[in-house]
Amino acid sequence: MFIRRTLPILIAFCIGFAMLIQYFIPHPYSERFYDIVVQQWFITIYAFMFIFAYRSFFSHHIRKVKRRKTGYIFSIIAIASALLMAVGGFATRRGDFFDSLYNYLYAPLQATMFSLLAFFIASAAFRAFRARNVQATLLLVTAVIVMIGRVPLGDYLWRGMPDLIEWIMTVPSMAAMRGIRIGVGLGAVATAMKIILGVERTYMGGT
Amino acid sequence: MIASTIDSLSLKPPTNLIAFDTPDDRGVSITLKWEIPQDISKIQGYQIFREAEDESLHLAGYAPVNKTEYIDQIDVRNNVPYQYRIRSTSPERLVSLFSEPSQKVYAYPQWFRKDLINVVVITLIYLALLIYFVQAARTGKEIFLRRIPGLDALDEAVGRATEMGKPILYVPGIWPMSEVSTIASMNILKPVAKKVAQYDSKLIVPNRYPIVMNVAQQCVKEGFTEAGKPDKYNEDDVFFLSPNQFAFAAGVNGIMERERPATNLFFGAFFAESLLLAETGNAIGAIQIAGTDRVPQLPFFVAACDYCIMGEELYAASAYLSGDPRLISSIKAQDWGKMGLLISLLLGSVLSIFGITFIISWFTVR
Repeated sequence: MFIRRTLPILIAFCIGFAMLIQYFIPHPYSERFYDIVVQQWFITIYAFMFIFAYRSFFSHHIRKVKRRKTGYIFSIIAIASALLMAVGGFATRRGDFFDSLYNYLYAPLQATMFSLLAFFIASAAFRAFRARNVQATLLLVTAVIVMIGRVPLGDYLWRGMPDLIEWIMTVPSMAAMRGIRIGVGLGAVATAMKIILGVERTYMGGT
Repeated sequence: MIASTIDSLSLKPPTNLIAFDTPDDRGVSITLKWEIPQDISKIQGYQIFREAEDESLHLAGYAPVNKTEYIDQIDVRNNVPYQYRIRSTSPERLVSLFSEPSQKVYAYPQWFRKDLINVVVITLIYLALLIYFVQAARTGKEIFLRRIPGLDALDEAVGRATEMGKPILYVPGIWPMSEVSTIASMNILKPVAKKVAQYDSKLIVPNRYPIVMNVAQQCVKEGFTEAGKPDKYNEDDVFFLSPNQFAFAAGVNGIMERERPATNLFFGAFFAESLLLAETGNAIGAIQIAGTDRVPQLPFFVAACDYCIMGEELYAASAYLSGDPRLISSIKAQDWGKMGLLISLLLGSVLSIFGITFIISWFTVR
């Protein structure tokens, strides 16, 4: 019980308060403490945790392949790709082969996923902008004004359009965003304090 | 030669040069202030010279003509006496005479940032409020908590998945465990896992970070144990997918397409992948509940999900789901904090109209 519950809460309390105090101390000793706890410990723990991560990755996909689950072919591709990148990196010491894999395979795949976002935005916008009620109609009208105003057409149709867009973005839109952000800030601080004080323990499995 | 000397003499150096240790810093920095000459028409800028016992007078920095302050941070050592001089320069590279030397000054590190005293005071007040309400909860006083439809719908969503014999997908965001929103997500995961176990359904939790994966495994395991079904917990359902943002998004989308979950839950920090995930979920007809504190992603979730938990509601979710009076009471402290900020905001705005700005400056953080 002590090892599983009390000790983690004690560690969270001590480190949490130390980090809180550290923020207000500009002395090099304080910076050093931050460097050790946040940078070095974090990197060390992170590196070791990847062992567990890849154990999980391989066991998950190997099991899918063994059981011939739906789409197991993708698991084979995932395992082969992970091994290819790892072997490519270690064997060539991140040389040309690894760079080629990264530049001509990995980066374009990432870019492809990101570029898909444009189509998803279009389909989501189409659904969101249907004028079902007063609020949705207001959203539709505002969105259409902002979209037209952001392109040269808006300025062409009416000189005052860019100023109107600027006002929508910096006054009503910004006011709503700041309202949410103030709530987020207070909520984040409250959550951090609850964790430091040991009031919130759900994240370690306890209540 | 004579002309350039006369021109040079017509350039006046800055006056009243003062040097002092830069306040509220880690040392190795000295701040200089001066008054600019009356006639600056021929001046382009100021050359700042420094000397110490083991350093001869040398150029240490340059400031443009309208500046009256310079912070010297180049090779400054702590506890070494420095003296500064300053002179004006013209576009023709003429220079004035040196100003009077500054007094000797030492750089040294500070143990407290006095400029953050307002943050300390507000943090302490907030901490006191939090402790007060948590203690007050022990008296058993009932605290009103408004309904959060997204969280109320969790039962329905999990129940639907059970009826359809399909799994529930839970995505805990794409940021590491050090992020408060990820911790909030883990706080929600456990009650969700408990519900899933009670309904005898399957929970899939793909992860982007190994530490998050370990915490998620623990939370799900505890949830299943609390529901009295520890044997139903499968460690393989809470797994590591990919550390790359878009590979992770592609992987989660693949799971949605193959496994066809009846319910998708997105709680945590999301970025560009938010809509990729939510739209795919929408396309497969899953009930979707999303919660994030990332304001730019909220419109995407609102457009593509059935329920959206916005901003601070994400942090309140743990209290809401657990029903623990101590956690619920902490939300009361948040409300009081918001009320305090709202009053300060209104007062600050009204007073600033009349030129009284002490509230605004008190809330300013350098």
